[in-house]
Amino acid sequence: MERSNNKAWIYLLPALLFLVAFMVYPLVDVFIYSFEEGYNSASQTYNGIGLYNYKYVLRDPYFLQAVKNTFILVAVTVPISTALALVISVALNSIEKLRNMFQTIYFLPYVTNTLAVGLVFMILFKQTPYTDGFINMILSLFGIAPIDFIGGPYWAKMLVLSIYTIWVVLPFKILILTSALASVNKDYYNAAKVDGTSRWRTFTRITVPMISPTLFYLIITGFIGAFKAYSDAVALFGTDLNAAEMNTIVGYVYDMLYGNSGGYPSFASSAAIILFAIVLTITCINLIISKKNVHY
Amino acid sequence: MKIVFEHLTKTFPGKGKKASPVTAVNDFNFEIPDGKLIGLLGPSGCGKSTALNLLCGLIKPTSGKIYFGDDDVTEIPPENRGVGFVFQNYALYPHMTVRQNIMFPLQNLKGKDKLTKEVMEEKALEAAKLVQIDGLMDRKPAEMSGGQQQRVAIARALVKMPRVLLMDEPLSNLDARLRLQTREEIRRIQNETKITTIFVTHDQDEAMSISDLIVVMKLGVIQQMGKPQEVYDDPHNLFVATFLGTPPINVFDAKVKNGQIFIGDEAVLDIKGVKDGEYTAAIRPEGFMLNENGRFTCKLDRVEVMGRDISVVSRHSASKNDTIRSIISSNNEVNENTNHVKFDIRPNKIFLFAKSEAEERVYFEEA
Repeated sequence: MERSNNKAWIYLLPALLFLVAFMVYPLVDVFIYSFEEGYNSASQTYNGIGLYNYKYVLRDPYFLQAVKNTFILVAVTVPISTALALVISVALNSIEKLRNMFQTIYFLPYVTNTLAVGLVFMILFKQTPYTDGFINMILSLFGIAPIDFIGGPYWAKMLVLSIYTIWVVLPFKILILTSALASVNKDYYNAAKVDGTSRWRTFTRITVPMISPTLFYLIITGFIGAFKAYSDAVALFGTDLNAAEMNTIVGYVYDMLYGNSGGYPSFASSAAIILFAIVLTITCINLIISKKNVHY
Repeated sequence: MKIVFEHLTKTFPGKGKKASPVTAVNDFNFEIPDGKLIGLLGPSGCGKSTALNLLCGLIKPTSGKIYFGDDDVTEIPPENRGVGFVFQNYALYPHMTVRQNIMFPLQNLKGKDKLTKEVMEEKALEAAKLVQIDGLMDRKPAEMSGGQQQRVAIARALVKMPRVLLMDEPLSNLDARLRLQTREEIRRIQNETKITTIFVTHDQDEAMSISDLIVVMKLGVIQQMGKPQEVYDDPHNLFVATFLGTPPINVFDAKVKNGQIFIGDEAVLDIKGVKDGEYTAAIRPEGFMLNENGRFTCKLDRVEVMGRDISVVSRHSASKNDTIRSIISSNNEVNENTNHVKFDIRPNKIFLFAKSEAEERVYFEEA
């Protein structure tokens, strides 16, 4: 037993070395920086150790704005994108003709560059001196006055960011869900059909439980992904996110490291640790809930 | 519930561009009497599962009609046909307990058929008792053996008291011992409920042992239908003769000349009423009688003693199988020192078939 244990460690060593070097060490390092006040990465010096970094970050209006944005984004996009992906996947699964074509179409945004998609969204939503944007054109048909989605009120910007985020994460979820749906044995549906099960009941009592592990995987990764959102906001509102009130937590961390206000690695580390704590908590809650509801 | 098939045909489009369509069920015309256990029997790919799915309504026929009693159910969706279906893999919902699985069909009832929870529980328990799993109501399918899962599947199919119970290869996922036990169970359950039951199998043993009637199919066409023993004793063509019986029937190239059946150079039986010519002869294993002065000589290969019976394995140049297997009572003794064995043939255990495409039976009289 003892000997075989040692052997196992040898096999694991390469992977462990990489994990320690590139995951554990940086994490611990960031954790330490977050308590070192006024750390300077060039001179590798700091003034003292304490909770000042956290105090500063938690009082920083930009950070609070970023937290608010991130939470709204998570709360809006994760449920909607997952539900939408489920509806589209079920629809895709139930058609026979052209299924592959539709699957490809729905998957296209996934292989398209985030910034390119951002450009498309700009054309759709942005007001310029020459045009109000495509969406405003449609809205005007219903007699709604043009709205500046990119540079206008907060709710409009949040709306665009949410739609954009949902649009970007949807393809991956659809891909995963369609394969999960396809792997459900057809006999379950036939059995339900013979027993006269309504479509809705079949969906809620059979389909959803059967794919519940995949569903929860998507929800958990969806939460994590949404908390780490940054590039989507940049694609829409440019790099000065604080000015646009559209910063996210990751964006704040980036700004603190390199941005206009740049060069505060200690504050960046504290913000990163706070984000880590939030994601960890949410994931744990997710896992506890999923234990109760995911079958097998 | 009597079931009638009327010119029922199902053709599937061929897969691929140039593939020709496949006719899985070809012009079915027969009637299944009420309250019987029917075995639909045939080799893989003969269309028996398609026939079952047509009955159930999961697939629609290309042409023809199906009647349950006097009702034309051809266009009626499965849920309104009043059928119970036991799937080959049972299709038990893995996330539900046995109780929930059995109650599931009842919970689907709507409107005036809607049942209270108590009645549902009661009916579920009743069905569970019938298949003797009432002690396992709170288990999940994964926590049960294959045989128990099979029973749950039957209980779920029975709980609504269907007019017809359909089973697709009900025993194929069970091991040999459970298979014997479960087929008795199916017989018992059918006897108790009196529900017309149709099951599909490729195992002729299974079909013969419990069915009131068997229907033998080949390539979508019904070959013969009747009581198991009748079909065994009086096969209408070579396919039916070879498909039924273990060990399988022994097939020979034969000739009829001057009122005698010739296998090789030996005239093995005197007959009347058959034209001279080339035929295929088939002899059941129990159709051989050991006789030192017998008319049929084979090369002795080996003797297998199986307690009650002796199985004599021999060879003959006219045989279409590698070896000839004959079953004789163990009261007989085979001299294993010689390399020949002589038999007489029981006249009712040898069948002649035409050398045509249909290989239909040619009847003869004993001379």
